[in-house]
Amino acid sequence: MAELTPGSRWASQVCTTEVIVVRSPGDDVDLECGGSTMVPPGEGGPNGSPDATASEGSQLGKRYVDDDDTLEILCTKPGEGSLGVGGTLLGLKEAKPLPASD
Amino acid sequence: MMLLEMAAGGFADRVAVGTRDDGLTFAELFERSGAIAGRLRSVDAGHLVLADVSSEALPALLFGASWAGIPFVPLNYRLADAELRTLASRASPALAVAEPGAAGRLDGIDGVETVDRAVLWAELAAAASADHDWSFDGEDVALLLFTSGTTGDPKAAVLRQRHLISYILGSVEFGSAGEEEAALVSVPPYHVAGIAAVLSNAFAGRRLLQLPTFEPGAWIDLVRDEGVTSAMVVPTMLARIVEHLDAEGPSSPGLPTLRALSYGGGRMPQPVVERALELLHDTRFVNAYGLTETSSTVALLGPDEHRAAVASDDPAVRRRLASAGRPLPGIEVSIRDEVGAEAPVGATGDIWLRGGQVSGEYRGQGSRLTDDGWFPTNDGGWLDDEGYLFVTGRIDDVIVKGGQNISPGEIEGVLLRHPAVADAAAIGLPDHEWGERIVVAVATHAGAEASAEELCTLVRRELRSNRTPDHVEFVDDLPYGDTGKLLRRVLREQLAHLGDA
Repeated sequence: MAELTPGSRWASQVCTTEVIVVRSPGDDVDLECGGSTMVPPGEGGPNGSPDATASEGSQLGKRYVDDDDTLEILCTKPGEGSLGVGGTLLGLKEAKPLPASD
Repeated sequence: MMLLEMAAGGFADRVAVGTRDDGLTFAELFERSGAIAGRLRSVDAGHLVLADVSSEALPALLFGASWAGIPFVPLNYRLADAELRTLASRASPALAVAEPGAAGRLDGIDGVETVDRAVLWAELAAAASADHDWSFDGEDVALLLFTSGTTGDPKAAVLRQRHLISYILGSVEFGSAGEEEAALVSVPPYHVAGIAAVLSNAFAGRRLLQLPTFEPGAWIDLVRDEGVTSAMVVPTMLARIVEHLDAEGPSSPGLPTLRALSYGGGRMPQPVVERALELLHDTRFVNAYGLTETSSTVALLGPDEHRAAVASDDPAVRRRLASAGRPLPGIEVSIRDEVGAEAPVGATGDIWLRGGQVSGEYRGQGSRLTDDGWFPTNDGGWLDDEGYLFVTGRIDDVIVKGGQNISPGEIEGVLLRHPAVADAAAIGLPDHEWGERIVVAVATHAGAEASAEELCTLVRRELRSNRTPDHVEFVDDLPYGDTGKLLRRVLREQLAHLGDA
C-alpha cells in the first residue's frame, strides 16, 4: 500500500508496464499490475509473468480509472499485465480531448 | 523527457518537426535530444540558453536540456546586445545556442560557452546519444522564462517538470492527432506558448511546423503548401491574416485544411474575430488565456462556444465571444477583491488561479503562491453566471479617475466596434483635479474618418458617462511588442504631454 501522489511513477513487477498518477483520492491505494503490487521504477522486477486474471495488457498513453473515478493513471510504458487496484481491474477512460490551444 | 519517450515509443516513424518530405521523425528527435544531452553533460552546463528563432532544432534542445536535467532558458533574441548579455549571464554557467551567424553576440560572458546553432546541429547528426538515465524528479526546473516587467529587471519565471507535465496530462490526449495533422507555430521560443506548442503537439503526435518570422502571406502559403490543420496566433497576427485573406477577394481559395485556429496572448478586437469566423467558416476557433507563470493556457473558449456566441440574440451569450471561456478541468479560478475576499458573480476583481500547472515562482524571489496554493495573477476580470471568464487587463493598467476604477479594455472594446477605428487604446494620464484623466489613442482605417466627438458620444452611450474619454488623440499606429502585446508604458510616454505635469 502506498499513497499515490499525482505525478508519482510506478512500475510493474511482472511486466514492462509503467504508469504515472494523474489524479488520486489521497488515501493509501494498492495499485497492481498483472496481479502484483506496483513499485517505484527500478525497485524490483520485472520477474515472472502476469497472473492469468490480469493479463489483458496495458496500452501506451491510455488513461485508466477506478470505479469511483477518483483514481486516474496514465500508462507511460505498455506491458502484458492489466492494471488494477485491490484485486479489481481498472477501466479504460474514454478520451475527451480539449480543443488544442497551442 | 517522459513525454518524448512516450511519443517516440508510440509513433517513432511519424514526422515530429519539419516538412512532410524532410522533417525529423520522433525516433530521430529522440536521438538528437540524447546527443544534445551528451554534449551538455560533457561541458557540465548548468543551463541551456537559446538566443535564436524557432527552428527544427528547438524541440531537440528543449528535450535535450530536460534529458540532461538542466533548465532550458530561451531568450528574446530581439533584445539589444547589452540586455541579451545581461540575461545570459544570469543563467551562467551555461551552454548558449545562438542564431546562425550571431554567436558573437554572446562571446566572452563568464561561464557561458556559445555555439552556433547550425554548427551544433550538424555535429549532432553524427554524435552518440547520452545514456538513458534522465531524472524523473518533478521538482527539477524545466524552464526559465524572463517576463517583461513594467519596471526594473526582468523576472525569471520558474517552471518545474511537474508544472509542465500537469499541463500536458491535463489538456492533451496522448496520440490524439491523426497522422495527417500538422500544427503551425509562429510564436517565438521565448514565449510560453512557443514552448507549450512543442510539448503538446509532440504528446498528441502532431507534426510541428515553424514560421520564425511572421508575415501573413508566408503564413498563408505555409498553411496551403503543407496542409496545416491547426495553428496558434497572437491577435495582431490574426488581424493581418484576415486583412490578407480579404485582399484575395472572392476568388480566394480560403484555408480548407485548417481545422483549428487558436489565438491568445493579448486583447483581441471583436470585429477581427467576427470577420475571421466569416472568412474561415469551417475552421474551429479557440481563444486561450494563460500566463507564463501558469505553464500557458488556463482557460479556453472552444469552437462551439464561438459559433454559439456569434449566432445568439441574447447579449449575455453574444458577449462571451469576448471572454476567455471556461477554466481547464485542472484549474480553479477565484475572483478576489482588494482584501482577498471572494467577489460575487459578475463583479470585477483580481483573477486568482490554482492548479498543478500553476507555478508562480520567480528565481531568487521564491513563490508568490499563498499557503493554500493560490496565485494572484495581477490580471483583472470577472466570471459570468455560467463560469465564463472575462479578462479586463492588467491591474496596473486600470485608470483611476475621481476614485473610480475604470478598465481600459471596456472603453477600447466600444471604440473598436466603430467601423472607422482600426485600433484603440485607453490610458490614464495625470490630472490635477481627477487624479487621472482618460486619454484614448485611436488609429483609423486607411481612408476612414471619425471625429473625436463622435467617438466620445459612442462611449458615453454604451458605457457610463464617467467612462467618456477626456481626450482623443489620433495616431498612425499603436506600439506593440513582438509577441503582440500592446505596450501601454510606451504609449503613456508618447502621450505624456497630454497629462498635467
